[in-house]
Amino acid sequence: MSKPVPGHDDDHQGDYPIVVEGLCNSFGDHVIHQDLSLKVKRGEILGVVGGSGTGKSVLMRSIIGLQIPDAGRIEVLGDDITAARDDDDIDIRSRWGVLFQGGALFSTLTVAENVEVPLKEFYPDLGGDLLDEIARFKVMLSGLPDEAAAKYPSELSGGMKKRAGLARALALDPELLFLDEPTAGLDPIGAAGFDELIGDLQDTLGLTVFLITHDLDTLYAICDRVAVLADKKVIAVGTIPELLALDHPWIQEYFKGPRGRAAQATQERVHAAPAGQVRAKAVDKRLKAGE
Amino acid sequence: MREWSDFTTTTGPDGEQDVALSGPLVVASVARIDPGLRAIEGRIARIDLSQVSAIDTVGAWLAFRLANRHGATITGASVEARRLIAAVGACPEETDITPPRAPLVRRVLDSIGDYVTASGAGSIAFLGFIGQMILAVCSMIRHPSRFRGKALVHQMELVGVSALGIIGLMSFLVGVVIAQQGAVQLKQFGAEIYTINLTGRLSFRELGVLMTAIMVAGRSGSAFAAQLGTMKLTEEVDAMRTIGVSPIEALVIPRVLACTFMMILLGFYASLAAIVGGATISTLTLDIPFMTFLSRIQEVVPLHDLWVGLIKAPVFGAIVALSGCYQGMQVEGNSEEVGTRTTTAVVQAIFAVIVLDAFFAVFFSEVGWG
Repeated sequence: MSKPVPGHDDDHQGDYPIVVEGLCNSFGDHVIHQDLSLKVKRGEILGVVGGSGTGKSVLMRSIIGLQIPDAGRIEVLGDDITAARDDDDIDIRSRWGVLFQGGALFSTLTVAENVEVPLKEFYPDLGGDLLDEIARFKVMLSGLPDEAAAKYPSELSGGMKKRAGLARALALDPELLFLDEPTAGLDPIGAAGFDELIGDLQDTLGLTVFLITHDLDTLYAICDRVAVLADKKVIAVGTIPELLALDHPWIQEYFKGPRGRAAQATQERVHAAPAGQVRAKAVDKRLKAGE
Repeated sequence: MREWSDFTTTTGPDGEQDVALSGPLVVASVARIDPGLRAIEGRIARIDLSQVSAIDTVGAWLAFRLANRHGATITGASVEARRLIAAVGACPEETDITPPRAPLVRRVLDSIGDYVTASGAGSIAFLGFIGQMILAVCSMIRHPSRFRGKALVHQMELVGVSALGIIGLMSFLVGVVIAQQGAVQLKQFGAEIYTINLTGRLSFRELGVLMTAIMVAGRSGSAFAAQLGTMKLTEEVDAMRTIGVSPIEALVIPRVLACTFMMILLGFYASLAAIVGGATISTLTLDIPFMTFLSRIQEVVPLHDLWVGLIKAPVFGAIVALSGCYQGMQVEGNSEEVGTRTTTAVVQAIFAVIVLDAFFAVFFSEVGWG
């Protein structure tokens, strides 16, 4: 039962931690996904966009095994999720972290205790002191102030809840991070801070991030590639310039609409280079500083 | 097999120690070396990470903590390890992450004090709630169009019609037990025929209504508390207020009226079911024919027994509904409170019903309806 060492890819799945093929989902007569396919590359931040009701969250729930699809195959880190009928069959859950829309913190536990829950669940032999230390630096890594660790979720603001949820999602040092609208409902400054945090963490921890968002600024700021959900499937995956070259009406309206243009303009003002390059430079800078 | 990380310490001639960590230094593998690393005392000159096959933030934290406490320098770290150590190194080590906790004596006294003040505040809040109810009823009488007939009918279905099965079965079985156990005792002085009196009078006066009230408290009182509590948490109640809809009018009054009214019908229905149960067991074990049992009921049960039951029923129904709605509307904060408030609603309702039942028993005997 050894956990494959991060960074040492032991199988052909190394390049694509998430592979979705021919996914079909429906609720009653209402078809959500029809023959949907998607591959997520290792180490990238993949933004998933689409109009309301196109099944972005359902796609994420299918990938993490919360929603059993009608048909199709989903492989996460080499494990077939769709074949696992029981929750216990999915033994790769210690290798992913999930941030739900509202944070989904356990309301009767403090933030630090929330972070400790997955640690205790998967590694019961960790000592109490070490657990506390881990919880403390995870809370710090997710950008919360020190005193937040001792607070209960009901005492936190919406943005802090999301950060606390992120701290819990990062508790096990996952290779994969699923984020469901992380910046929805945050003020622009908080949202920008959250974008930066996710970008930094992705650089530092080498995460693969599956990010559902409506936030165009987030797409421009941190996403390496963007997958567009429409017409019950992924109609396009690529960098934003690649998507802009397509003439699908929804994509054009999405990126060329007033908000899309504004986000693009902001991005061009802040960074002359695309997001990926900017982040790569940031890593270099940090590395030099560390030496 | 899980691969564990390991460490070795070597003491140089100058008395300074070197610590070499090896194996995967990740969250899954560090549990066994952590106590050993904590136990190291004295100055450490160097911490060697060159034998570390993999590292994550937890491993980086261990290395950082060790270096920080013993003033050591880290050598042989990969680029990845340096990056992670720099990231976790910004963390203050001494922040308290547990909520502040007072000493035991203080906490006991605190909780007693909280309980007393909460009881006082609760009584006042309950009076306030009753007051709101009365105001809402008055304003509804003035504006009858605001009355929510549909909600009332819906609640009547949930409280009454859907409960018919379980309450019927329960009362039938209670009737069986009373008749059977009563017959065993009465047989000792050859008075089995009085089983009919026992079953009939007990069912109408006491058990039919009392058992129904307990069942309704468990079924509907709890549902009211949980529904309204969840609506409070999701801010539905606040949304109603801002639109100008009174939550008392829209949520509480239909529930209280439905429960009060349906308790009368359910109580009567339960009494009948208990008598049928008694009649059935008497037919089977006492050789009293079914129809004889029923016609004897008419002769031995005075009409005021029926009235006693029917007067108590709406009072019990109102208590169950008020308790459920009141506790639901008091929910604030988190989902745990929905649970505790629901429990409180049911416990309070059943307790109040039994206390009042005792009061009614004495009262009706005193007024000659014994």
